[in-house]
Amino acid sequence: MISINIEKKLRAYQGNQVLKIAAQFDKGSITKIYGPSGAGKSTFLKIIAGLVEPEYGKISVDDAVWLDTKSKISLSPQKRKVGFAFQNYALFPNMTVQQHLEYVSDDAQWINQLLSIGKLETFTSHKPEYLSGGQQQRLAILRAMAIKPKLMLMDEPFSALDPKMKSELIPGLKTLWDEFGTTVLIVSHNPQELEGLTAREMEINPL
Amino acid sequence: MDLTPIWLTLKLAAITTMILLIIGLPLAYWLSKGRSIIKIILEAIITMPLVLPPSVLGFYLLMAFSPKHGIGGWLHNTFDIQLVFSFQGLILASAIYSMPFMIGPIKSALQQLPLSLSQASYTLGKSERETFIKILLPNIRASVLTAAILTFAHTLGEFGVVLMIGGNIPGVTRVASIAVYDSVENMDYASANAYSLILFCVTFIMVISVFVFNKYKAKSPLE
Repeated sequence: MISINIEKKLRAYQGNQVLKIAAQFDKGSITKIYGPSGAGKSTFLKIIAGLVEPEYGKISVDDAVWLDTKSKISLSPQKRKVGFAFQNYALFPNMTVQQHLEYVSDDAQWINQLLSIGKLETFTSHKPEYLSGGQQQRLAILRAMAIKPKLMLMDEPFSALDPKMKSELIPGLKTLWDEFGTTVLIVSHNPQELEGLTAREMEINPL
Repeated sequence: MDLTPIWLTLKLAAITTMILLIIGLPLAYWLSKGRSIIKIILEAIITMPLVLPPSVLGFYLLMAFSPKHGIGGWLHNTFDIQLVFSFQGLILASAIYSMPFMIGPIKSALQQLPLSLSQASYTLGKSERETFIKILLPNIRASVLTAAILTFAHTLGEFGVVLMIGGNIPGVTRVASIAVYDSVENMDYASANAYSLILFCVTFIMVISVFVFNKYKAKSPLE
């Protein structure tokens, strides 16, 4: 069980807004998070991952406290070790597809399994600049999955994928999530993008 | 023609570049992360040699490291180290004088990398040190090389600072730029021309290599 109760000021075009979220996510559940642009969806994921600090809040995962601003507890992103698929992919320009996955895991069989799920077996020696947008996006997801995360945070993860590729990728990911008991939070500004994925829905609207 | 000043200059430039690479990489990384009043002041101090007359910098270094005053006196009395009129003094002065050429390009390149690169590495469980070595550094390789070449080339051309703190001791502090000046003073235009031509060619090759390397190697999806 992941329990989140946070408050974070956001700078927006209309002035300051407050992102205030209190939510609980069951272990192994999938949640689609949607809301208007600038609502703080990406910030919410980054707060959970430990990349952004909220003004107030508490995050606990099972029995472990990741964040408690009152007690000044804040685990580093390295200790939280969530799988994070970034909206801009955040791929490493100096690394090939294979090296991206080897940076995370030295299990060759696991790497091959991931490459197969992402249909990237024939691109292992390619650097990101020589991959299409869809291939880059799949690599970003695979790299995040390579750590076998208990919590997977995905920011607009399928926006560059065509419907066929998406429909082939999602079942492969779903199998892995079930196997690891991964709790998944998927941010999207477009609820239709996640069609075919049975999930709870959550809307974010800043105050 | 005595080639000692040329070798001395190349040795000075190589040692200065190596020292500044070791100091400059972590310092530029630290400066590239966020802003604070301490960072602003330190950055201003590092940048000062770009605008300050070299003789002014040389004068203050001469005063600071004179064996009769402050730090220089302490170094002399405690460790028997004398920095003025010595090759070690030239290295120190060169490192201070050329520091902005090393720090500037590296810091700027680090700031241009998307923050999400290091964030992605952290979420994968990698430490800040490993992220710097395996992710950030390889992606600013072209800028590090540019900084190293510019630092080397700039050290070759030092005159004012070197003259103030090192003087003109043959085989010890008489670098090529001082040898040019000295030869002209002695009406030995042939030697002055030879030293000048060598310095000109070496510097030209270094600057050309910066342009060539940046054209062919600095391409990345980040640009």
